[in-house]
Amino acid sequence: MPGQEQQRPSRREDEVEDAAAVPAQAKATETDADVDALLDEIDEVLESNSEEFVRGFVQKGGQ
Amino acid sequence: MTVRRVVGLETEYGISVPGDPGANPMLLSAQVVNAYATATTGGRSRPRWDYEDEAPLRDARGFEVERARAHPSQLTDAPGRAAGEGRRAAPNASDVVSAETEDPTMANVILTNGARFYVDHAHPEYSSPEVLTPRDAVTWDRAGELILLESLRRVAATPGLTPVTIYKNNTDGKGASYGTHENYLMNRSTPFGDVVRHLTPFFVSRQVFAGAGRVGLGQDSREAGFQISQRADFFEVEVGLETTMKRPIINTRDEPHATVEKYRRLHVIVGDATMCEVATLLKVGTTSLVLAMLESGWLEDSPAGRLLLSEPVRALHEVSHDPSLRHLVRLRDGRRLSAVQLQWAYLEAARAYVADRYGDDVDADTAEVLTRWEQVLTRLETDVFSAAREVDWVAKLRLLEGYRSRDGLDWDNARLAAVDLQWSDVRPEKGLYLKLAERDQVERLVPEAAVRHAVDHPPTDTRAYFRGECLARYGPRVAAASWDSVIFDVAGRGALQRVPTLEPLRGTREHVGALLDRCETAEELVAALTG
Repeated sequence: MPGQEQQRPSRREDEVEDAAAVPAQAKATETDADVDALLDEIDEVLESNSEEFVRGFVQKGGQ
Repeated sequence: MTVRRVVGLETEYGISVPGDPGANPMLLSAQVVNAYATATTGGRSRPRWDYEDEAPLRDARGFEVERARAHPSQLTDAPGRAAGEGRRAAPNASDVVSAETEDPTMANVILTNGARFYVDHAHPEYSSPEVLTPRDAVTWDRAGELILLESLRRVAATPGLTPVTIYKNNTDGKGASYGTHENYLMNRSTPFGDVVRHLTPFFVSRQVFAGAGRVGLGQDSREAGFQISQRADFFEVEVGLETTMKRPIINTRDEPHATVEKYRRLHVIVGDATMCEVATLLKVGTTSLVLAMLESGWLEDSPAGRLLLSEPVRALHEVSHDPSLRHLVRLRDGRRLSAVQLQWAYLEAARAYVADRYGDDVDADTAEVLTRWEQVLTRLETDVFSAAREVDWVAKLRLLEGYRSRDGLDWDNARLAAVDLQWSDVRPEKGLYLKLAERDQVERLVPEAAVRHAVDHPPTDTRAYFRGECLARYGPRVAAASWDSVIFDVAGRGALQRVPTLEPLRGTREHVGALLDRCETAEELVAALTG
């Protein structure tokens, strides 16, 4: 994907374990294909340099 | 009065210049507000805000903080941020006109939909008009999103202005938080101690459906992870007047903008800005129901009335930090309950209350809130992700978990933080919530046409109707306005004519619609009003 700065490490078992701390029914409501299609679309609009985008989002003041 | 209640929602929007984190946020916010105002009023002079009845230092516990002891950020009644400026007594034209021209960052507009759009500290803030139903709260809250979007577009299209991006969220993830405040009018006669007692456990647990979701734990996100609420980590005390520091779960600002003897304004600062319409509906609707029970004394004899938390601030943080919803908070009587269980108790009390008072004659708005409240709690209890069409944090978490599992990302990966921010981007081509909405992945309650209508038009059943219609019909003759006044500058009168609007349920279309239709000019209206 152009512009994505980070590599995609292969899936690690221990991370899958971590994810289980959150209820693991993520896939119960939708098929994997639906989720993938959604993520692909989000990929297209996600700011290309996430690191810089997140670092540059600084707010001051506020109630 | 069930879920029908005078309510207004204020949202401070996050604002950013891509590539320039050091840009002056006050100037940027002013630019945003002014760009919108200029586009809608054609650049003619605009009505000013009337600060006469503001009293931000009045405390619901029965005292007033000394001005000299207050933090400058608390002095929201003074035009300009000069701490020493006093309240003005009887306004005159030069007073009102000069008040804000001294300081370019004091952009402040009153919109024809009855809302106030202005710069609050370092954010563009949209304060919705007063509405009566949760659905209307959703409608005029969403109108605010469109107003911010239009502002952003205007800024981008104006040569010489710095293009900005705008977010309906509550933290930058680096230690700053900005608020989304709900305002409910309630009976002055309800003891404030009861408000604190019953609302604290309700607010601590309400985030399970009203939380916007957040990547990062701790005020400055020092720990990686995901939590339910944007705001929870910024709350440090149980009760207090401040809104910018030592933030309290129950805020005591007692500034009703209405008949003081009759009304108290409950200023709720503990909520998140939500994009999901069902979440916003529930946030307002369930709170309104709890207030109705409080005012009637119903909670005193109800199991929900005995839900006293032993450490509310800690519980607020812990509930937020546990998206599994399994965390049990400790009650003073030794019991331990989950946040969802606490909510069930309030729901059961509300069902019994509504059945007792209204039987089968319950209004549609109340019935809807009860039904959806039960649905969302059931979903959260059986399968959290089944609430992804209704609840921001669940929908956001579903996206984040999708990324994590597809790409093997840890919670400290910047892409996840980017998803969090972009969730609430107001631009349809960039905002992730809006992308989901476009794909019909979240439930919409209000037709888009109604939201667009609400951008320019006030609700018809509160005093916002009078304010908004006066601006729309007699704009050039309105010198100033506020929640509880409209001030006219009309020919033939030496002084400004101040029309107080202290009763929020007057000034409705039913009440003044015919009068406004009859008066072609502001002069005629003032003559009719002053007899």
